[in-house]
Amino acid sequence: MIVSTLITGLALGSMYGLLALGFHVTYAVSKTVNFSQGASMMVGAVLGYTFAVTFGWPTIPAIVAALLGCAALGLVVERVLVRPFASRGSDLWLMATIAGGLILENAVLFTFGKEPRSLPSPLASEAISVFGTGAYPLQLIIPVVGLLIAGLLALVQRRTKLGKAMLAAVQRPEAAELVGVDTRAMIAASYAISTVFAGVAGLLIAPLFNVSASMGTIFGIKAFATAIIGGISSAWGVMLAGLLYGCVEALTTAYLGSSYTQIVSFSMVILVLVWVPNGLFGRAEVKKV
Amino acid sequence: MTKTFAVTRRHVVAAAAALGLAAGTALPAAAQDPIKIGLIASLSGPSAKSGEAITRGILLAMDEINAEGGVLGRPLELVARDDENNPGKGITAARELINREGAVVIFGGLQTPVSLALVPYINQTKVPFMGPWAAGTPITKNGAAENYMFRVSAVDEMVDVALVERAATLHGATKPGLVLINNPWGESNEKGIMAALEAKGMENAGVETIEANDVDVVPQLTRLKDAGADALFLVANVGPSAQVMKSLERMGWDVPVVSHWGPAGGRFSELGGPRAKDVEMIQTFTFSGNDSPKAAATLEALKKKFPEIQSAADVTPAVGIANAYDAMHLTALAIENAGSTDGPAIRQGFYDIDSYEGLIKTYETPFTPEDQDALGPEDYVFTRFIDGEIIPID
Repeated sequence: MIVSTLITGLALGSMYGLLALGFHVTYAVSKTVNFSQGASMMVGAVLGYTFAVTFGWPTIPAIVAALLGCAALGLVVERVLVRPFASRGSDLWLMATIAGGLILENAVLFTFGKEPRSLPSPLASEAISVFGTGAYPLQLIIPVVGLLIAGLLALVQRRTKLGKAMLAAVQRPEAAELVGVDTRAMIAASYAISTVFAGVAGLLIAPLFNVSASMGTIFGIKAFATAIIGGISSAWGVMLAGLLYGCVEALTTAYLGSSYTQIVSFSMVILVLVWVPNGLFGRAEVKKV
Repeated sequence: MTKTFAVTRRHVVAAAAALGLAAGTALPAAAQDPIKIGLIASLSGPSAKSGEAITRGILLAMDEINAEGGVLGRPLELVARDDENNPGKGITAARELINREGAVVIFGGLQTPVSLALVPYINQTKVPFMGPWAAGTPITKNGAAENYMFRVSAVDEMVDVALVERAATLHGATKPGLVLINNPWGESNEKGIMAALEAKGMENAGVETIEANDVDVVPQLTRLKDAGADALFLVANVGPSAQVMKSLERMGWDVPVVSHWGPAGGRFSELGGPRAKDVEMIQTFTFSGNDSPKAAATLEALKKKFPEIQSAADVTPAVGIANAYDAMHLTALAIENAGSTDGPAIRQGFYDIDSYEGLIKTYETPFTPEDQDALGPEDYVFTRFIDGEIIPID
């Protein structure tokens, strides 16, 4: 039972982790987040379905097109739902992005349709045997992709000019501008990256789940919880917190029963916040005056 | 000094105009004002197909009734509101339909939580409710002294008896497990199945709940498997039921699945993967494999009225249409019996129906104050979902 439970937990946890990475990226650059991450995930899956199944494109172009669509969505979210509020120091982007997510969901409802659809994948059609339990190859690939993306992001942030420029944009916006960093472009880029991560999550989960307008909502909520547990300022932190959250959920369901799942997992969120207010892997913010 | 009322020419003109208007419109109004039937169902969102099916069934019946001169000499008219799967929205809609639109009977939708939320309001306003789909037991068995909730559909506690009976006799199950959606519908069936198991002196392997958006239910199913479940009872709508079948496929666990009618929505074959066809689910009616002439005639009438319907597979599941169609005809009979559109009179009108030859069956005294459900276990059929079509099985 433990192996099959961990496979379930790690695959779901990677979803939370990927969406949480999206929260992390924009937070790290602009101290704002896109609360429609769940909807962005859904858009990734819906676009993937549209290109691959409705239009019949081959897999790779369909995936690339879907992710480009997500990036464009991220740019629109930043320009329309975040910048107008954040630029005058208002926190209303919070409501605006939630509203944006609801609008997206409803738009998809009447364009894509009301019925959930199935996105077939050769990686999720035949179960293979892993340590005596059945699993789809996709379930094993998902955590690997999740960790790779988190690792890559951490590398970009620490080692590349782009990463340093992004960090500078939030730490010292004026100084960054002086040395030629276009902070606006950095923030816009972070939103595009964030929705692409959500899109990747959507494309990965769709063959295991289904494609529908409401598929991302609950993921979005849980992902924000994991972003907070992980300490939103650390890329590794949020990814690991995602995996942890997924495993706690699956283990609770398996050993205590499904009635306890939400109680135990959200209690964990509260306990972590009480004991380590900056999250398991986050650092306390130091404000220099 | 008393103020005298001077009759001016303006008053006379106004009075004449008012009288004229009244005389000119009141008489035909009494004869032709439609009798409004309300509908509160899911018209958007993932359950929108159910609302569409109910609407089609009601409209088809209304056309037939109106072609025969309507009810009490007045045509019937449908006024529909979307409950968005939300009990709060359902109550708001009921208020609007009853108070503003003047609906005399309210039809409900697929969602048990919405219909349950309406019970106190309906019994208080004394405007009869007709449920053509939601099967939650306490919708009609609500304990009210003066009960206005009627139904032409399956009833959970009777469905549960049928599910247990099938698992025990056909599959030889002795210790089945329960997989239930985590909402009032799942809860209603947990009670029903447990009672039915107890009545047969059977054990159970445990109760597991699933959420509407659960991706992977292997942990829940593994618990049941480890507890020795030799059959599964499934109570959930299309999406979560599909996830259950996919998880079973992945586990390689070949266990009989006897289900309530949740998976009967549109694309279960597509969503549930290769194991979808194994689910044995209960229905009250199917067009497929139905050789009654009334069924054939109704399917033809549906195709004519709704050109997008081309075969029995396009009216999947048929229960929504069939239940709503019979329910509308029974409601028209009740209003005719009542001789007015007064709520308590219509309620009595339902009890006064003695016989009606419907689509699902011939109803004999379908409603009594003790039993406000027109359908019973003898009307249930077991089916499988094969290639997008619901086919009756033995």
